[in-house]
Amino acid sequence: MPASLVEGNSLLAVDIGSITTRAALFDVVESQYRFIGLESAPTTAVAPLGNVAYGVQHAIEALQNTLGRPLTNADGHLIVPSLPDGSGVDQFSATFSVGNPIKTIIVGLLPDVSLKSVETLAHSTYTRIVDAIHMNDTRRPEEQLDAVLKYSPELVLMAGGTNGGATHSIQKTLELIGLAAYLIPQAERPALLFAGNEALQASVRSSMKNLTSGVAVAPNVRPLPEVEDLSPAQYTLAQVITNLREREMPELQEIRALAGGFLLPGAYAQGRMVRFLAQYFNTGRGVLGVDLGASALTMTASFGADLHLNVLPQFGIGEPLAALLHHTNLDELARWFPLDQPVERLHEYLLQKSLYPAALPATADELAMEHTLARHLLQLAARTMLGRLPPQYRPKSSLLPYFEPILASGATLTNAPTLGQRLMILLDGLQPAGITTLALDQNNLLAMLGGAAEQNSLLPVQVIDSGALAYLATVISPVSNQAYGVPILRAKLIRADGTESETEVKMGGLHVLPLESGKTARLQLRPLQRADVGLGAGKAGEVDVIGSAMGIVIDARGRPIRLPPEPDKRRELLQRWRSRMEG
Amino acid sequence: MIAPTLRVLALTTLLRTRILPVDGRVLARPGQKVSPADVIAEAVVGQKHIILDIASELGIPAAKADALLKVKRGQKISKGEALGESGGIFGREALSPLEGWVVATGGGKVVLETGGAPLSIRAGLGGVVTQVVENRGVTIRASGALVQGAWGNGKIDSGILASLIESPDDTLEPARLDVSQRGSMILGGHVSELKVLQNAAELLVRGLILSSLSPNLVSAAYQAPYPILLLEGFGKRPMGAQAYKLLTTNLKREVSLNAEVSNRMKGTRPEVFITLPVTQEPPEPRDVETFAPGQTVRICWLARPAQIGMLTQLQLESPPFPGDFSASSVRISGTSAQVRLESGEMVLAPLSNLETLG
Repeated sequence: MPASLVEGNSLLAVDIGSITTRAALFDVVESQYRFIGLESAPTTAVAPLGNVAYGVQHAIEALQNTLGRPLTNADGHLIVPSLPDGSGVDQFSATFSVGNPIKTIIVGLLPDVSLKSVETLAHSTYTRIVDAIHMNDTRRPEEQLDAVLKYSPELVLMAGGTNGGATHSIQKTLELIGLAAYLIPQAERPALLFAGNEALQASVRSSMKNLTSGVAVAPNVRPLPEVEDLSPAQYTLAQVITNLREREMPELQEIRALAGGFLLPGAYAQGRMVRFLAQYFNTGRGVLGVDLGASALTMTASFGADLHLNVLPQFGIGEPLAALLHHTNLDELARWFPLDQPVERLHEYLLQKSLYPAALPATADELAMEHTLARHLLQLAARTMLGRLPPQYRPKSSLLPYFEPILASGATLTNAPTLGQRLMILLDGLQPAGITTLALDQNNLLAMLGGAAEQNSLLPVQVIDSGALAYLATVISPVSNQAYGVPILRAKLIRADGTESETEVKMGGLHVLPLESGKTARLQLRPLQRADVGLGAGKAGEVDVIGSAMGIVIDARGRPIRLPPEPDKRRELLQRWRSRMEG
Repeated sequence: MIAPTLRVLALTTLLRTRILPVDGRVLARPGQKVSPADVIAEAVVGQKHIILDIASELGIPAAKADALLKVKRGQKISKGEALGESGGIFGREALSPLEGWVVATGGGKVVLETGGAPLSIRAGLGGVVTQVVENRGVTIRASGALVQGAWGNGKIDSGILASLIESPDDTLEPARLDVSQRGSMILGGHVSELKVLQNAAELLVRGLILSSLSPNLVSAAYQAPYPILLLEGFGKRPMGAQAYKLLTTNLKREVSLNAEVSNRMKGTRPEVFITLPVTQEPPEPRDVETFAPGQTVRICWLARPAQIGMLTQLQLESPPFPGDFSASSVRISGTSAQVRLESGEMVLAPLSNLETLG
């Protein structure tokens, strides 16, 4: 029997989001870990309660009511470990994404080397970079000092120097940061994470410990000029972020204690799971995780063990919408708006949604606006992630790299009324190319599983194996520069029962090859006019596919999808696609 | 379920903390009566720093320079004052190039803080100081009428309330603003023209209390030199009947408009407060409300005006939506409530779209 099964059978995971707190129970059924159930409650970080523990308690109570299984005692405390009568749980884990982004200053030596790495590191979690200090900074030291004092950051992320390399420049910068920290009132001083030349770690600790709210050191993110290694620093940064959140929300300390000392930022935990799945599925392509949250949109790409985690608070579908037009414009947003209404309606909607981020769209018009926003946020996030990926993963065409599978979560997606709507938001938003499986993390379990892995490494594997992710559809997206209407692909679906269906796909079309959920088939693809289905320009091939409620989808609308400039024609096309797929 | 609450109260007692963003000097003391315009704390912000390399100026190693410094941390320095001096026949002096405060010394260097601009914080409402937050500000207790809103442009002021609208769904046209409103706090309806904001600035109004604003005016609203409060939000939305009634019954009174940016974490909202004379202090509003039948609630729809009604029944079994929108194809699950609107119509609304009113 695996060690983790001996240590504890049931595990309760909670994820404290900015709007919703979720509690999920996992337990052993027939010698395998299974997802048992999930309930949620509003997060109570905001006034009047101002204490996330209430939301956690409400979610756990809702879960025990739903399951009819006592998890708490008469005082409302979680029972850990479980009792012989079956009440309680054996383990508890917690993740969080609640809270405003951490105001961060990044510090490095060369802008394209250590500063770039530390910027990537900052983007992997809930930070907002307010300034960057580096060797080529043209500001005088006094101006840099004034900038640090003006922003009064909560966190300074610092790297620089290769291991064993020169230390003078980084020490000089460190003095400046130390002086600024000294001038900031003690209660407001930033935390410091140093991930530079490892020869300096001890002196950074000793010189900065009294000048900051906490010093952490991590292995060098640039041990050699040409080598970037962010993973160890990401783990340390996750701990620093947790400590900073605990300063803001002291009740998190109790939650961490209950979780045996393990409390992780949700994005980090999700990244861990995506990396695990990339290795587990081992498709030779990357795995993409997309979480469209209220406070941030997280795009996590993992190519084998090489994880690229992007937390994008500017693209959250809640309060950040107030500033969305700093990153895009209304005309761009309105391109995906299927209703014949003035663009100002969308502007009103996004501003109103930023004021009431928990409010749900409750009419067809509101839903159309919400889904328009979701599509555009995904487009913006995909573009941003693409710009940050290392060149070896970036296709020349500026399309997304081939991912298999793409896993999506977030209430806007998972609560969309029909499977077709969920699929179309993802297809329009991400515009994947080639052959891809789209799956939904319906219960937003990935972050919780990543948090649980800290205590029980077997659980996530078995829960994923048991089908915790909802398979949405296999999608074939040929890339071609042919005009609309030109045939670009012949596809033949050969089902296990011997029946076949064949279709000729024209550029601009959106086709569904019916294949019942769970049924397997062989799909033969013969591109025409040098179209690329992910096998190389003009190359034919066969793939095994599994059916879904949506069948097998061939999205030949082109990459990127080009919409007519005329509003009437555009709306007509959007409506046609919508009625074809969304039901 | 904990219910967010929008306060529209004819008579209540509240506590409001007014603090500086940086350490400064608190001018009020506990027990002191304050008016909205009274300055209760002040500070200097935006100072610049200069790092003076005294060791280099004296021509000595940094390690030796600290002993030769003639100034200490916290000391005020005049322009030309000696900061350090090396001894001997050919001794040198390092002089301060500017007036300022010594904020740090060490490593043969002196850091001077210079310049900056004064910042003062006003009471913002009439009441009594109950507590001093050391070096930062005060907490004020006051009794009167309170109307909270949805959005504010971050500014604060007070003035005599004048109404330029005749009904809750009125639109404020530029021509309605004339010299008779100079220096007033204006109660307006929906604003869709930039000219309204410009005219208000020219008339030096003390603030605009509006039902709603066209979204293309957001930037202009932030730049306006006076506070702007939107009671309902963006797009054409009529003013809530309770707020309209309460505000129009208090015309010609001095009102305090704190159009602070909403902060969900802190639970602060932009608000209008009207200090009223009371013989007995009214109760403070309850801190925490939970949804329950019988409550007056406001339904915050995202793309149409809010509605007021009475919550008649909680439905915790996640029915599909729409409740009242049978013609739509929307099906969103979520805990919800049956609400009887003022018209008598029953609607089903997600709890996440509701806030209690009171």
